[in-house]
Amino acid sequence: MAHDRALPSDAGVPDRSELGAPLVVLDKVNKHFGALHVLQDIDLTVHRGEVVVVIGPSGSGKSTLCRSINRLETIDTGTITIDGVPVPAEGKALARMRADVGMVFQSFNLFAHKTVLENVTLGPIKAKGLKKSEAKALAMQLLERVGVANQADKLPAQLSGGQQQRVAIARALAMKPKVMLFDEPTSALDPEMINEVLDVMVSLAAEGMTMIVVTHEMGFARKAAHRVVFMDGGQVVEEAEPETFFTTPESERAQDFLSKILTH
Amino acid sequence: MDVLVDNMPSYWAGFQVTLRLTLYSGAISLALGLVLAALRVSPIRPLRGLAATYVELLRNTPLTLVFFFMILVAPQFGIIAPLGFWTAVICLSTYTAAFVAEAVRSGINSVGVGQAEASRAIGLTFGQSLGNVILPQALRSVVPPMINVFIALTKNTSVAAGFAVVELVGSGRRISQGNPGDAVVVLLGVALFYLAITIPLGAIASTVERKVAFSR
Ligand SMILES: Nc1ncnc2c1ncn2[C@@H]1O[C@H](COP(=O)(O)OP(=O)(O)OP(=O)(O)O)[C@@H](O)[C@H]1O
Ligand SMILES: [Mg+2]
Repeated sequence: MAHDRALPSDAGVPDRSELGAPLVVLDKVNKHFGALHVLQDIDLTVHRGEVVVVIGPSGSGKSTLCRSINRLETIDTGTITIDGVPVPAEGKALARMRADVGMVFQSFNLFAHKTVLENVTLGPIKAKGLKKSEAKALAMQLLERVGVANQADKLPAQLSGGQQQRVAIARALAMKPKVMLFDEPTSALDPEMINEVLDVMVSLAAEGMTMIVVTHEMGFARKAAHRVVFMDGGQVVEEAEPETFFTTPESERAQDFLSKILTH
Repeated sequence: MDVLVDNMPSYWAGFQVTLRLTLYSGAISLALGLVLAALRVSPIRPLRGLAATYVELLRNTPLTLVFFFMILVAPQFGIIAPLGFWTAVICLSTYTAAFVAEAVRSGINSVGVGQAEASRAIGLTFGQSLGNVILPQALRSVVPPMINVFIALTKNTSVAAGFAVVELVGSGRRISQGNPGDAVVVLLGVALFYLAITIPLGAIASTVERKVAFSR
């Protein structure tokens, strides 16, 4: 599950001191699924340019946290603001907000009936009103960047998992988002494809993209994250810099969790 | 056999009415059914409830009752529904729309929830997501059951014969009244004309089914 992978060493992630103003702010966020209290009084502030890794045992609420930020899940109480604006409840305003928040899913979720290129141009054309030619130029540039430009005319099903996930990242980037959410982006991938996705993510972090990443990839956390947030049972139990968290976790629950994933 | 040839003009007239009933009702029920299906998956709960109620009500009512309602009950609410072609179209359309909506809805449900989430996540509105991502993928699984709905509609147009519309069955009845000895042949003729509509529909269905099987 957890692996310390060798990642490119030239990826200098901006220093903490260079971080900007608060961008994503969760304040006393609560959510239930029926009787299950999945998010319990979550407070979390992510600054512009910051990379936060969310880690924790299965069922601790990591995905729900991630999905509530672009309102794929609604919350019961508390507030979530993005760039100072509360996440709208419905309609066009919500769609506009979502365009500013990129999301990458564990299962890629590429549009199965559209080519790789169309997957990336759909959002810019429909949600941002870009001309087809502009959207195509932007998409090709992004596909080039994630290393799948030569697959542009294929359908998603013809690509490997790693390639699909990189297309999914390009699709999210095409909206020029303020923040990117990643929900276990590499856990559905064969081991040999994990690095090609992590490399793209590390280079994004190095360019100063604000990122919230649910992952158990310690190599990525060490290399690219400013902060690790440890969740358990719907609560944020501990927050620390990656090195501190992985070497000297404070809480017993974090120690317990780390000892389990490290014995793999 | 002479009875078929001799009465060809009557058959032909009846066939045209049946065909027009099928085409108009098919088009209207398709449009109405799509709207109902969209409402059923919309984010607004009262709209979902409204559409679900409509579908359940119409789907579980005999078509003949829908005709009786239009002709006998609706006037009491000030809606005068004269006997005739357009009343039949309205009844057939409202009835068939419920089945279209169900076919489309199950097609929508066959598209993975991840597709809708991904399209919302890049900032598409509900309508854009439905039109660009969900429905195009739902179409593959919707076409075969939809053809069945339209085959049923073709046959259901015969109910209009009981309400003063002289379509195929109506024509057949008149012809057989004039030729009591040849009733079986006359009815076989009627059946042949129905097949002229339903067999091509079935052929379309199997072509589409084969295409879908390849592109998956
Ligand atoms: N739609 C839902 N309806 C009901 N319960 C849900 C729903 N989604 C998640 N849950 C429950 O909420 C809890 C938190 O789920 P969540 O997916 O956020 O956990 P997670 O930390 O992402 O776990 P994992 O590491 O397995 O992905 C789990 O117990 C899960 O079973
Ligand atoms: Mg999860």
